Amino acid sequence: MNTLARNAAHAFGENRLTLVAVVILALLVLCAIFGPSLAPYDPLMTDGAARLVPPSAAHPFGTDALGRDILSRVIVAARLDLGMAVAAALLSFVGGLALGAIAGYFGGWPDRIISRVMDTIMAFPLFVLAMGIVAALGNSVLNVIVATVIINLPFYCRFARSEVNVRREMGYVEAARMGGNTALPVLVTYIVPNILPPMMVQVSLNMGWAILNAAGLSFIGLGVRPPTPEWGIMVSEGASFIISGEWWTFVFPGAALVLAVFCFNLLGDGLRDLLDPKRRT
Amino acid sequence: MSALLAIEELSLVFRTRHGTVRALEDVSLTVDRGEIVGVVGESGSGKSVMAYAALGLQDAAAQVLGGRILFGGLDMLNAAPDVLAATRGREVAMIFQSPRTALNPIRKVGQQIADVLLEHTTFRGAALRAQVIEALSRVRIPDPERRAEAYPFELSGGMCQRVMIAMALACSPALLIADEPTTGLDVTTQAVIMDLVREMSRTSRMSTLLITHDLGLAGEYCDRIAVMHAGHIVEIAPTVELLARPAHPYTRQLLASTPTPRTTIADLVSIPGQLPDLRQELPACRFSARCERHIPLCDERPLPWTVVAPGHAVRCRVPL
Amino acid sequence: MHFFWKRLLGTIPSLIGVVLVTFLLSHALPGDPAAYFAGPAANATSIAEVRAKLGLDRSLPVQFLHYADDLRQGNLGNSLTTGQPVLSDLIERLPASIELTFFALAFAVVAALPLGVWAATRPDSIVDHSCRALVSIGAAFPTFFIGLLFVYLFYFLFDIAPQPLGRLNEILYTAPPRITGAYTIDSILAGEWGVLRASLAQLILPSVSLGMFALAPIARITRAAMLQALGSDFIRTARASGLPTRKILINYAFRNALLPVTNVLGMVFSFLLGGSVLIEQVYGWQGVGAYAVTAVISSDYAAVQGFVLTMAFLYVMLNLVIDLLATAIDPRVRFES
Repeated sequence: MNTLARNAAHAFGENRLTLVAVVILALLVLCAIFGPSLAPYDPLMTDGAARLVPPSAAHPFGTDALGRDILSRVIVAARLDLGMAVAAALLSFVGGLALGAIAGYFGGWPDRIISRVMDTIMAFPLFVLAMGIVAALGNSVLNVIVATVIINLPFYCRFARSEVNVRREMGYVEAARMGGNTALPVLVTYIVPNILPPMMVQVSLNMGWAILNAAGLSFIGLGVRPPTPEWGIMVSEGASFIISGEWWTFVFPGAALVLAVFCFNLLGDGLRDLLDPKRRT
Repeated sequence: MSALLAIEELSLVFRTRHGTVRALEDVSLTVDRGEIVGVVGESGSGKSVMAYAALGLQDAAAQVLGGRILFGGLDMLNAAPDVLAATRGREVAMIFQSPRTALNPIRKVGQQIADVLLEHTTFRGAALRAQVIEALSRVRIPDPERRAEAYPFELSGGMCQRVMIAMALACSPALLIADEPTTGLDVTTQAVIMDLVREMSRTSRMSTLLITHDLGLAGEYCDRIAVMHAGHIVEIAPTVELLARPAHPYTRQLLASTPTPRTTIADLVSIPGQLPDLRQELPACRFSARCERHIPLCDERPLPWTVVAPGHAVRCRVPL
Repeated sequence: MHFFWKRLLGTIPSLIGVVLVTFLLSHALPGDPAAYFAGPAANATSIAEVRAKLGLDRSLPVQFLHYADDLRQGNLGNSLTTGQPVLSDLIERLPASIELTFFALAFAVVAALPLGVWAATRPDSIVDHSCRALVSIGAAFPTFFIGLLFVYLFYFLFDIAPQPLGRLNEILYTAPPRITGAYTIDSILAGEWGVLRASLAQLILPSVSLGMFALAPIARITRAAMLQALGSDFIRTARASGLPTRKILINYAFRNALLPVTNVLGMVFSFLLGGSVLIEQVYGWQGVGAYAVTAVISSDYAAVQGFVLTMAFLYVMLNLVIDLLATAIDPRVRFES
């Protein structure tokens, strides 16, 4: 524990950015939880008199083509964007861990089948596969999450599989097996707790990608429907006003996306340094 | 006649995140033409650091505090980079331990030897190729034409070390620095490699600086031996003299811990204590903490050299 | 060359998997394709008719065999939106996408390799820190957002880029006679230099925006691989042999660093092929990505499946090329297999 504390001090002291990332993420999470009450305006309220107003004191991020306050929309959208990403990352984490643990622990044909399926998923350009899945399952937020889970599954599964594979042969696991434990208790009590920390690093490194993916799908019109506030679709709606110079319509939601992804990436790097200082890059 | 390689009162430190490591202090050593000199010490004693400095290849964190290194009159620590590069590989060459990783894994070994020849000689085309084959057959690599086309991973460790030697000797250097050349090789291969190094030295009047932790190995192949401990050279003497009459307590313990054909395991003695932490303030004699002959006088600076016999000097107040 | 055939055979399981997945996506998932293909005005009888006509009333394995047989004949079905066979739609638009992706990759590689090498040779310098900052920032920007920012900056604000409306300004220029379908190559073949210039001008912004996202992983891995290579024993040997710095850097360190770089190229292509969909959308690029987006929005099943299949096929082939490239770089790979 002492070394962990020291590593934490090192990771944060050495890399203030990680701390900044944590603070910004905390703010984003606050927005996600209390968004509607934090937003100065109703994110859906249109105002014909205040269409495409540039950033001002009344509307810090300006208003969109229907006169809706962009700041309010960006804040409220945090719940949906982070929610989709967190749900997708957690589901693929759990699913990948389970499949990977089975493949790594038992080997043989379960391993061959699971690995084959993961290889097949990886044989697709992942965003393209996600498009195909949403198209087949139907255009909804839930299916965007399902698609994101499927394309993320191989990363977690492969990681868990190799970790379990290594640990299966270790002395303390051997001993637990000798002691008459069956596969499930050995996996759950002796192996999985040990691979959770590196898996958590994977989750936070993966979160950014999950956000980008979900936002990309909404950008091309999959999942979220207007007028729901969501960063990807807001960027897409704002895109039509670039030619006429109304930059605030797409820059602020886009910046929110960048900020969220950037902070998750930094947090992932920081967590990795924390758990495994040797692998710092 | 002046020495081919003269290391004069060299002091060198490493500036690291965790403090200043006093890696070498006041180290002096000469190697004459045709001579094989051994440098013996535990790992961490600074022998490799000295060898790299002799090539002007010291680490970026290294800082020379004093002294100089003259190789054939060239000041290795202050020479221009291009002069140094022209000297390395042609006048002075080096072989390393773990030959497999010391060779470029994705370049044919013949090509790697050719790289050195291309840089330092005027051989080109077919003549260059002939020189490569010649270099490989000189170190008695069977079927050199075929082996030249091999990658390091296709060769055994011993074969890789032969390639390293062939590469080092390709330009007939005046000095060969061999840094633990047999570590990691099996015993029979060790002897073959060392016999090869000795033979090359003798036939071409090449000087050799052999860096090793194995006093037995040095005793067998060297004309003179310098013993290093914690960044100091503590004793230097002709081999026969040093083995017969060690004057420094550390040398004696080193000898007692070295197996010979006449010793049994029970005879072997391990050296008490460990190397001092080179980041701390150090006593005049860095062996004093491990030494049973330590007296108050030992802590006075400077620690003088005592000549106990012709060519046999020891850095100890109370030599044996 | 025995090795080449082995690798080629190795792609077969991937291709089978790809076909299987696209089949499952279109046949075994919720929703009734028959009802869908029968159209909105259909009743139970007409749906049943369509079902029989499409073979959807038969068992899944039989359906799969039919599906595979159709694929073998190049039959991907008809697009509802264009009314054309999906295959000919895709062939028509694929060159545009490949051209865009190729230029994006070229930009990413040309920018990232020197950057990574430069950063690795000067660890902890300003160059190194800026390289790392660029890598972190580059990885956080959604492709479509970079694309839009570039349009705003370079077209609207600075007015140095042409209007982002497709592959060629069709008012001023006519597309070159189609040979390969890539405007740059076709205009060279036709000797129409003005068209070449114009199509390159249209290509710059989309390919740079698409390449930005690929730049980050390549630069990151180049830097790491170069650092590792430069710290290895054989570099010490090369320096001890007096080899010139340039040769050590290129022939010794860089060649060894290229292997990890080729290994990350698979992921890079996955990004590029996925990102090209978004970039085509932003720049009105008439490629397969934009076609697929239209198809997805209008629930044009056959077109989406054809697109997914084509991209996956392309990706499997690209991975084969990467594999062969890795073998050419590192002789050890050849012996391991």
